[in-house]
Amino acid sequence: MTERLDVAVVGAGIIGSATAYYLAARGLSVAVFDREYVTAGATGRCPGGIRQQWSTEDNVRLMMKSVEIYEGLSEELGAEIDFHQGGYLIVAKTEEERRRFEDQMRMQRSLGLPVRWLEPGEIKEMVPQLDVEGIGAIGAAWNPTDGYANPFKVTYAFASAARRLGAEFHLFTPVRRVVVEGGSVSGVETDKGFFGAEFVVNSAGAWSREIAETAGVSLPNRPYRHEILATEPVRRFLEPMVISFHDNVYFRQSHAGAILGGWGDPNEPPGYNLSSSPKFLGRFSRLLISYVPGLRSVRVVRQWAGLYDVTPDAKQIVGEVPEVAGFIQANGFSGHGFMAGPITAKLVAQLISGEPLDLPIEGFSIERFRRGETGREASVVG
Amino acid sequence: MSSEITICRCEDVTEEDVVRAVREYGLTTLDELKRVLRIGMGPCQGRTCLRLAARILARETGRSTSEVMSLYPRVRPPIIPLELGLAALLEGGDGGGD
Repeated sequence: MTERLDVAVVGAGIIGSATAYYLAARGLSVAVFDREYVTAGATGRCPGGIRQQWSTEDNVRLMMKSVEIYEGLSEELGAEIDFHQGGYLIVAKTEEERRRFEDQMRMQRSLGLPVRWLEPGEIKEMVPQLDVEGIGAIGAAWNPTDGYANPFKVTYAFASAARRLGAEFHLFTPVRRVVVEGGSVSGVETDKGFFGAEFVVNSAGAWSREIAETAGVSLPNRPYRHEILATEPVRRFLEPMVISFHDNVYFRQSHAGAILGGWGDPNEPPGYNLSSSPKFLGRFSRLLISYVPGLRSVRVVRQWAGLYDVTPDAKQIVGEVPEVAGFIQANGFSGHGFMAGPITAKLVAQLISGEPLDLPIEGFSIERFRRGETGREASVVG
Repeated sequence: MSSEITICRCEDVTEEDVVRAVREYGLTTLDELKRVLRIGMGPCQGRTCLRLAARILARETGRSTSEVMSLYPRVRPPIIPLELGLAALLEGGDGGGD
């Protein structure tokens, strides 16, 4: 490899694959490197939810833009992605939650999100199988334009479209070092040798911190295991994603009918642990049955785990780091990389090609941690 | 390659689907095939289909079946389908069962 790339992308998840697509569509030469394969990391382990109900304005704006992209993505990429807007129903169990949701919904509506409060009776109408009294729901925040897509289909569609536009994917090719010369990136050292590049995008998910370290850049991100399971398919009864911050739980029904859901263990220590625990299986099963008693005899087919790449304020890091020119971060999504993926990738491509950005990204800069100016994203299952 | 030969019954995947996916995406491993075609994600968890898919993948990529099979996707608990009502009886136990 003698030719210098415009951009080397580290990580072939949703962020890396979509970034390659938007860069290649702008005529830039781009190569994606992954130590495994497309969707091997968190993207291929996530439930595919796409939510716009956030506690911070910049996240609401970002996810609304992402949904705009998702709405036209199947056509744009020429592939089925199972995008479905069945809504997100965020159960409230306490008066404190109700007040918080009301404040947030006011802010969200001011940005154009069609979110509203559901009384218990309305929840029951929407999902009769949900045991509203049993779980002690006093209402729910409801946004009908939230939804889900299939993470594998979306990411492979981006990767294929990127390849058709000339992007290269070097799979099973770990990046050993981001090479810096005179304060600028000069390329990446990989198991297949050195690839020169003007820009390097760090979209390595839970491994982003380690990748950044090779360039002498310190990221505050930490990896946290999150477990999830899938049941056998059952007759379609659940349109929305149901979540509760109170119980740290979420579940939805897939296109094929399986129930997909997870519970975030608040005592989970940071680390690269991808094992599946009986603790999770028991705890989540109890929670799911309490929400939908009719699922008691439905069988769990498999459980697995993925890693959240968590920042101190649960918000992503997007943009160039000031100490290394050309080194772009797109990581730290704290469990929300799939839903934020398309718009983030597009913003990164706009940033690199010097175009005006669709949205300001200053709020996602690494600098916020150094200045101590963080506004924590509170609407997190984690 | 045939659209008559079913490789994965749970997810209704044919030999033709496998060949097409391998060629279109340049796939080299069973893990990738699983993610693209859902082979092995159904109730049988890949007990028969992954071996059949391995033979096709080996043929398409010019490798031996045993080489392809050496990178067998991680087996996910609970191994055999387990009712939520029974799973709900499980207490504690962190890690393991990888």
